Amino acid sequence: MEPAAIGKTFRRLDYETKVTGRAQYLADMSVPGMCHGKILRSPYPHARIIRIDASKARAVPGVVAVLTRDDILHDEGIEPFYGPVFKDQTIVAVEKVRHVGDPVAAVAALTVDAAEEALRSIEVDYEELPAVLSVDDALKPGAPLVHESVKLPASGFADLAELKPIEGTNVCTHFRLNRGDIQKGFAAADRIFEDTFTLPATQHSFLETHACIASVEPGGRITVWATTQNPFVVRTQLANIFKVPVSKVRVIVPYLGGGYGGKVYPKVEPITVALAQKAGRPVRLMLTREEVFYTITKHAAVIKMKTGVKSDGTLVARECEIHLDTGAYAEIGPRVAKKSGYTAAGPYRIPNLKIDSYSVYTNKPPAGAFRGFGVSQSAWAVESQMDIIAAALKIDPLALRKQNGYDEGDKFVTEETLRAVGLKQCLDEVARSIGWGRMEQSSNGAVEQWSRGKNIKRGKGIACMIKATITPSISSAVVKLNEDASLSIYTGTVEMGQGSETVMAQIAGQELGIPLETIQVLGVDTDVVPYDLTTSSSRSTFHMGKAVQLAARDILSQLKQIVAKEYGVPEDQVTFADGKIRLPEAQLNYSDVMFKRFGMQGGTLVGEGQVKTSTKNEFGEKSTSAFWFLAAGAAEVEVDVETGKLSLVKYAAAVDVGKAINPLGCRQQLNGAAITGIGQALFEEIAYDNGQPINPNLVDYVLPSLGDMPESIDPISVETPDPNGPFGAKGIGESALIPVAPAIANAVFDAVGVRIKDLPIKAEKIFLALEEMKAKGR
Amino acid sequence: MKKQIHLRVNDMDRRLEVEARTTLLDAVREQLGLTGAKLGCDMQVCGACTLLLDGKPVSACSFLAVDADGAEILTIEGLSGTSALHPLQEAFMEFGALQCGYCTSGFILTAKALLDEQPRPSEEQIKDYLGGNFCRCGCYQEIMEAVKKVAGC
Repeated sequence: MEPAAIGKTFRRLDYETKVTGRAQYLADMSVPGMCHGKILRSPYPHARIIRIDASKARAVPGVVAVLTRDDILHDEGIEPFYGPVFKDQTIVAVEKVRHVGDPVAAVAALTVDAAEEALRSIEVDYEELPAVLSVDDALKPGAPLVHESVKLPASGFADLAELKPIEGTNVCTHFRLNRGDIQKGFAAADRIFEDTFTLPATQHSFLETHACIASVEPGGRITVWATTQNPFVVRTQLANIFKVPVSKVRVIVPYLGGGYGGKVYPKVEPITVALAQKAGRPVRLMLTREEVFYTITKHAAVIKMKTGVKSDGTLVARECEIHLDTGAYAEIGPRVAKKSGYTAAGPYRIPNLKIDSYSVYTNKPPAGAFRGFGVSQSAWAVESQMDIIAAALKIDPLALRKQNGYDEGDKFVTEETLRAVGLKQCLDEVARSIGWGRMEQSSNGAVEQWSRGKNIKRGKGIACMIKATITPSISSAVVKLNEDASLSIYTGTVEMGQGSETVMAQIAGQELGIPLETIQVLGVDTDVVPYDLTTSSSRSTFHMGKAVQLAARDILSQLKQIVAKEYGVPEDQVTFADGKIRLPEAQLNYSDVMFKRFGMQGGTLVGEGQVKTSTKNEFGEKSTSAFWFLAAGAAEVEVDVETGKLSLVKYAAAVDVGKAINPLGCRQQLNGAAITGIGQALFEEIAYDNGQPINPNLVDYVLPSLGDMPESIDPISVETPDPNGPFGAKGIGESALIPVAPAIANAVFDAVGVRIKDLPIKAEKIFLALEEMKAKGR
Repeated sequence: MKKQIHLRVNDMDRRLEVEARTTLLDAVREQLGLTGAKLGCDMQVCGACTLLLDGKPVSACSFLAVDADGAEILTIEGLSGTSALHPLQEAFMEFGALQCGYCTSGFILTAKALLDEQPRPSEEQIKDYLGGNFCRCGCYQEIMEAVKKVAGC
C-alpha cells in the first residue's frame, strides 16, 4: 500500500460500490413501517383556492394521512412559512397557488396506488387569477402580484442582508453596483455597443429525482434521509418550520445521483416531514420526473448590455441591466441575481460601471441554483459582446480579452484585490489547444480552406469567465485516528459524484503519510459530522479540504505531545515522515504510540479542523469571495450555410484549479461541466404554454448523449495556487461550464458571420439569421 | 390479479408473484432487492434502468415483468463474481467513466451487450449503441475510453 498523496490520480473511494451496483441511493432505502407520499399539484399558474375538501381522500382504503392548508395553519407546532432568503414558501399552498405544480395537498398511504387514488378524490375549487408569465409581464405597471407581501426571516444570510422585495411590485430583489462615473466613462468612449441577450429556463435533470424519507418520533425527534446538497441548511429550515432545536433534527444523506445545484435548500423535506408527523409513521416521497420540473429550474434571463470602448479596444464603461426570472418563490434567486450583477463586467478591468440586477417573481416554477449560479447568465452577454466589439474594432478576440483581462493583484468590481488569477494562462491554453489563429479568415469571417464543400463553414470561438464562491461560510471536519493507525474522516460534504470522498482522503493521507486503503470517509449524518454550510458553489475542496488538512495536523500535534510525554523526547525533536514518527534515535509507528498512550489495543485520537471565511480579506478589504474561479473555453464548429445545422467539432476547457489534488477528478469535472454547457448552449430549454411546462420529461427535454460529443474535449488544468487553499487548491465544479455557450456562439459568428443572442443556439435560429443576412445583400 | 412468473436472475432461478402491470424494474428492485438498476426518466430514454434480458439490453422501467416470464436476466449485481470484477467495471474505474454513479449500471450492462454482439466496435458503433444512455455528470469521453479499452481498440 503506497501512502496517499495529492497531485496523483488514485482510484476513487466510491467506485467499487458504484460499479457493482451496491452503492445506496435514497431510492434504494426503506425503513420499517414506511408508507408512501404523493403530492397534489396546482393545474393553474395563478389561482385563489376557494375550497379544499379532502374527506373522500381520507376514506380511501390504505390512506394514513392527508395534509392540506388546514393542517399547517392551525397547528401550533408548525411555522407555515419558510424559504432560504425570504419566507415566501409554504409546505402546501395556503391562499393561492402561484405556479403550475405548486403543492396543494399531500397524501400518505400504505401503497403508492392508494396515495394516487386519494389524490384524485381531493376536491379543490380554484378561482383563476391573471398570471405573469415572463419578466416583461411581471414588470408592467399594474401587473398582477405573485406575492402581495413577503415575510422576511428573523435572521438571514449575511451577504444578502441588504436585499429586500419591493412592495407592490413583482421585483423580488434589486442588486446595484456602481463604480467610477458612468457618464464620464461613456463620454470618454470612442464606440458604444448596445445589445440584448436572453437565456431560457433549463432543468438540472439529475437522473435521481428529489426524494425523502421522514420519520417523526412521538417526542418530536425528526429524522430525514434526504437527497440534499446542504444537510445542515435543511436541518435549520426543518427546525424552524417544526419549532424544535436543531439537535432534534437529524439529516442523513446517502450518495446523491447528481446535484448540480438543484438539490440545495429545502425541496421535498418539509412536506415529507409534515406528512410523517401527521401519519405517525415514516413516509417516503419520491418525485416523478415531471414533478422535478415543477420543483426547481435554472433562471431564464434578459440581459441588456451597453459598453463603451476606446478605439484601441480598452473597455471604459458598462451599463448593464439583468432581469432573472426567479419564478413563484425567491428560493436562492436573490443571490443568483447578485452574483450575475457582480460578474456583469466579466473578468475585465472596467473603471466605470452601472449594474442593476433583478430577481423577478413570475407565475412559473421556482428558479434557483444551477451549476454556474448566475454567471452562466451574465457571461453569455459579456462574452458574446466581447466578440461583437472585437469584430467591430477588427481586433483579435483573444487579444481583446488579454488586453482587458484581470491580472494578479487587479481590483475586482467590489474594489477587493484579486489573488491567484490564472485567467490569461487559461486563455492561452485553450487557444493553443484548438489552434487559435491558424486559419485564414475571409472578410465575413468564414474560413474557406477548412470548408468541407462550399456549404460547410468552420469557425473558432473563445470565451472566459470569473466567478466567486459563497462567502462567508463555514466548514468543519473531524478525523479519528484509530488504534491500528487507520483513519476515519467525518465531514458534512455530500458525495454527489464530484469525488469529494477521495479528495478528502488524499489530503488527510498526504498529511499523515498513510495509505488511502486505511482511510474511511464516512457518510453524511448531521448527528455525527460537524457543521458544513453546503456542498455547492464549488467550495468543498477549498473549504472542507482545508478543514480536513487542519484536522489531520491536529492529530500530528497530539501525537507529538504524546511522544514527548511517554518517551521523554522534546516536542521539537519529534518529526513525521512517510507515516512514521521520527525521533533522534528511533522511529515509531502511530500504532505504537497509540498503544503506549492507551495501554492496550484500543483508544481514539480525535483531530478537529475548522475553516471560517470572512467578509474581510487579508488585505483588510471587504471580501465577496474567499477565492476566485478563472476559466476559459474555446470551440471549433461547423455550420451548414444552407440549413443552419451546427456541429461542435472540438472543445477545449481550461480551468485554474489552483492545485490538482486528484488529476483524473479534475478532468472529470472539466469534461462534465463542458458537456453540461454544450447541452445548455445547443438545445436545452424548458418550453412553457401559459405557464405550463410542455416538455417536463426526458423525451421532450433533450439531454446531451454520447452522440452529441464533439470529436474531442480537451480538459486543461492550469495551476495558480491559492495561498489559503489546501496545497493551493481551488474549487473547479462550475468553472468549465460557463464559457461554453458564448464560445460556441462566437465560433458560429466566425464561421458564417451571424450573431446569435438568444440561447439555445438552434439550427433554425442560425438559418433565419443567415436568411436575414442574405436579404440585406451582404 | 397476480400472476406467477419464473425468471433466471444472475444464474439463480426465481419465482415471483407480480401484478400484470408490474414493471420488470419494480420486480427486480422491490421483490429481489437488486437495486443496482435505477429509475431515471420512467420513459425508456435515459438507460439508467437497463437490464440484460436474454443478453439484450431492455429498459426495465417500461418492460412488464410478465413479459419476461421464462427469460434470463442479468443485473449489475450478477456481472462480476465474488473474486474479480468484470473488465468493463475495471475499465470504468480506471478511466473515471462515472461520477455520481446513477447511470453506471445501465452503461456497463449496455456496453457488455454491445461487446457480446460486436467485440471490436468502431467509435461510431459505440456512440450509436450507447446513445440511449444518459450520463448527466457528463462522463462520455471517459466512457468512450473505457469501452474502447475493453474492446482492445
